[in-house]
Amino acid sequence: MNAIECRNLTKTYQGFTLEDINFSVPAGCILGLVGENGAGKSTTLKLLMNAIPRDGGEISILGTDNRSPDFLHTKEDIGVVLDEACFPEIITPKELGKVMGFTYANWDQARYETYLTRFRIPMDKKFKEFSRGMKMKLAIAVALSHHARLLLLDEATSGLDPMIRDEILDVFNDFTREEDHTVVFSSHIVSDLEKICDYIAFLHHGRLVLFEEKDRLLEEYALIKLTADQLSELDPAAVAGKKVTAYGAEALVRRNLIPAHFTTERTNLEDIILFLAQEGGAQQ
Amino acid sequence: MNIIISNANDKPIYEQITTQVKNAILSGRLQPGEGLPSIRALAKDLRVSVITTKRAYDELEKAGYLYTVPGKGCYVAEKNTQLVREGYLTQIEEHMTDILTLAAGCGLSVEDLTEMLRLLAGQDQ
Repeated sequence: MNAIECRNLTKTYQGFTLEDINFSVPAGCILGLVGENGAGKSTTLKLLMNAIPRDGGEISILGTDNRSPDFLHTKEDIGVVLDEACFPEIITPKELGKVMGFTYANWDQARYETYLTRFRIPMDKKFKEFSRGMKMKLAIAVALSHHARLLLLDEATSGLDPMIRDEILDVFNDFTREEDHTVVFSSHIVSDLEKICDYIAFLHHGRLVLFEEKDRLLEEYALIKLTADQLSELDPAAVAGKKVTAYGAEALVRRNLIPAHFTTERTNLEDIILFLAQEGGAQQ
Repeated sequence: MNIIISNANDKPIYEQITTQVKNAILSGRLQPGEGLPSIRALAKDLRVSVITTKRAYDELEKAGYLYTVPGKGCYVAEKNTQLVREGYLTQIEEHMTDILTLAAGCGLSVEDLTEMLRLLAGQDQ
């Protein structure tokens, strides 16, 4: 079953168009959304929740059309964390638990308290006194404490230190131990996405340039360092992106189209994204 | 069972998993009938993609190393000599491919390699 199906999704703002986005996320998987600032990541996440009206396309979340009246019930099964955690300034985590108990039919106070302990969040401290990392962890604790089956997170790990980011990635990893638990999260920290995602979606200028299984990407592409002359002899179809300097050239290549005597290097997601973004920009 | 996933290794992750599970079975560290972790649990414990561990298990099952009991899990298949032989042949092929790649890099022909192999084998006699 697909947790998310998104067909021909279109949204136009003045000076920005999210154009014909198509993808589906199988249940039990983690999808990472990557793209430069303003690429359309947050817009896509908001459209998935039907928080903003779209201009065209179909979206189905956990099997429900997100514009149908039933989606109100489906929302119970979705945990959302936005870039800025926004709870009232004077509320404490203890009080927040009570509020959420009235908000969500499936609120699980015991689980909430377990997460607060795990994240070392003090029960009686006011929200406004929290650091950014603590605010984010609190928002994630709330998202995880109403038996959600789908987590949507917008830049949940940005601006946090590596230890907290890793802790949060661990939580996503554990969450998807259940077969019907799905996570979609956007980040421009590509190494975070590389660590735990099953699928990668790359948005560039409002278009979905790439939607691919992460390990396939890392298998398909390799880095190669050679002279500019050697580079020009390679099959053009093999070269996905290149950088030529006065001393030599570096290229992102399709591994299977490269003659065996060339030494290729294992690449990472960040390089793939950067090279592909550059090529994408050049084509426009 | 130890499975080490290395990013420095140029081999794809699913292949690193299949090779290590195969070796564990061929060397007897994993016994026939022994249960293996589920696809999902293995992926989460190794922190790799579920799709990748599924692919690794599928390949191992196709090659006859594992069998799946629907709803229960994956188990190590009975070892048969054919399979062991097959396993060694695959390993030899892999090493030979590496040799060919290295040879191409320094301009050695297949004849040169054959000569080298004869010499090496001759030393043992």
